[in-house]
Amino acid sequence: MTIMTIILVLMVMAALWASMTSILLRATIALALASATLAVVMYSLGATLAAVLELSVCAGLISVVFVSVISLTQRTPFKDMLKQRRDRLARYWPLPLVLVAGGVALSFVHAPVRIVLPLPGGDGDVRTVMWTLRQLDLFGQILVLLAGVFGVLVLFRKEGKDGA
Amino acid sequence: MSVLLLLAPFALLIVLNVLPRSTQGAAWAVCLVLFVLQTAAAALFPFAVLDWTFLAPINEAVGFTLAVDNLGALLLGTAGLAGIAALLVGRATFEQPRARFLFSCLLLVSLIGMNGIAMVRDLFSLYVFIEATSVAAFILVPLRKGKDAFEGAWKYLILSAVASVLMLASLGFFLLSAGGVSFDAAAAALAAPTPFVWAAAALFVSGLFVKGAMVPFHGWLADAYTSAPPAVSVFLAGIVTKASGIFALIRLAPALIGAAGPAREIILIAGAVTAVGGAFLSLGQADMKRMLAWSSVSQMGYIVMALGGDPSLAVLAAGLHFFNHALSKAQLFANAAAIENRLGTRDMDRMGGIAARMPLTGGTSAVASLSIAGLPPLAGFWSKLLIVLALWRGGEQVFAIIAILTSLVTLAYFLSLQRRVFFGTVLPEWSAVQEAGPGFVVPALVLAALTVIIGIGFPFLLPFLLGGGA
Repeated sequence: MTIMTIILVLMVMAALWASMTSILLRATIALALASATLAVVMYSLGATLAAVLELSVCAGLISVVFVSVISLTQRTPFKDMLKQRRDRLARYWPLPLVLVAGGVALSFVHAPVRIVLPLPGGDGDVRTVMWTLRQLDLFGQILVLLAGVFGVLVLFRKEGKDGA
Repeated sequence: MSVLLLLAPFALLIVLNVLPRSTQGAAWAVCLVLFVLQTAAAALFPFAVLDWTFLAPINEAVGFTLAVDNLGALLLGTAGLAGIAALLVGRATFEQPRARFLFSCLLLVSLIGMNGIAMVRDLFSLYVFIEATSVAAFILVPLRKGKDAFEGAWKYLILSAVASVLMLASLGFFLLSAGGVSFDAAAAALAAPTPFVWAAAALFVSGLFVKGAMVPFHGWLADAYTSAPPAVSVFLAGIVTKASGIFALIRLAPALIGAAGPAREIILIAGAVTAVGGAFLSLGQADMKRMLAWSSVSQMGYIVMALGGDPSLAVLAAGLHFFNHALSKAQLFANAAAIENRLGTRDMDRMGGIAARMPLTGGTSAVASLSIAGLPPLAGFWSKLLIVLALWRGGEQVFAIIAILTSLVTLAYFLSLQRRVFFGTVLPEWSAVQEAGPGFVVPALVLAALTVIIGIGFPFLLPFLLGGGA
């Protein structure tokens, strides 16, 4: 078993934990762990910038946002928490089985894959691609962020006398 | 023209948000002017009477790869019209200036997203602009808050996230197997498809099916449409769902269906199941907005089914029904908003004889209902006729018959709506009800007039459409 296999198994287990736990804080930690292992995979594949972004944004920044939002919520009473845990297990117990079955099924698929790697243009640097070839997508991303800002304004704002 | 359609609303959005709060009252009017200008520009586009070459230096400076064709102009014009209707209804239903301001801003975000969808030439850019449009819609649905609205938005968000995962996976597959994600690269890969390319196409189309609320991914739509504020329902039903799911399917269909394999059959079956399923779901509804929402699912099935027909007619039929349905459904949601505003309920079992008290709402509602049901000489008749012809000429007689029979079910649920809401003697409870205000009636009258004019003028319009393509 190579180190990569161990990392991939760890990543899948962290993702499963994030989906199946009934405690939000644990789900956040599990998600950060999944992101961190994914960053290792990306780095080992040579995608250094993607790995750095995954680690800093997904494992770091987003976890901080999640934890700060969770800190604003109220703690669930212990009895309710136990019930939620049971409900969640009852609902999600097939998930690991489905995952294992899917993995086994895929290992039997030997479809011919003809990979045509894209030519990024310029000097092949990710930054060049982003800033000189994909400006339209950057514009779209800015638009998505703006929509998110409006989401915060609309959804997290207490209703005042002017109504919104 | 293309770069202006992204940068002008974006600049307006920024300016509106940096100006002092005291100026926010003007946002609604400025947005209305922008939507009217866009509609006019899109309507004039096929006639090439406007010279946009002066924009070439700006286009070059920003480096956006965009192009407008007749199909793109159709989406630009439809988005403009639906936006005008939504803004007018929003003026009447959002009483607080701050709410109206946020609504106008989110409409602008959505408009930029849809303009991008209309003009991009690349699958990744298409995905980015679909996301922008969807994120604006997630926020528009719970604009007035409330448990139902949050639930509707939550379902929309979760299913949309599934669609995003499917589409992103597809983009990775296309990048690896086609060497790029431009429409041309994807079409070239589909011309000689490997299983990997088929997987990429299937994942992308599945994502679009979720966004377009095709059966069996339709569950979110009725909750989102029903729980949204009235003006938002007009916009969502008029254009947003179609732009973020169905339009991309129309755009990609020729490449998909031209390739060997089961794509055509899958599209036909998905379209037919959605058309029939949506129609039967509409039949049993008592909530007026919910009935209209399921009807939208059914009509989107029609549009998709058309794509499996004769290639010389398929895109034209789908595009035309896309436009006609947007007109009529935006109008019907404006009618529903008028009724809810005056009666305080959407429960059709509690209504009756409302046409006597609200004749303009009743009359325009009848026009839109009959148009969607496909009765001549209204606009919907021609698009449904073209869909049936496309299917028949494409050798898909069974699907053509399904389309005709589903039209009868459509007529049945719309007649049921008319009977329960508008016909008969007015109930004493509603005897003092007055016609709705201009914010509801003006968009309904304009859209109904367009439905009639396009219907009557269609024989003169058809040679032009056939000559220029859709």
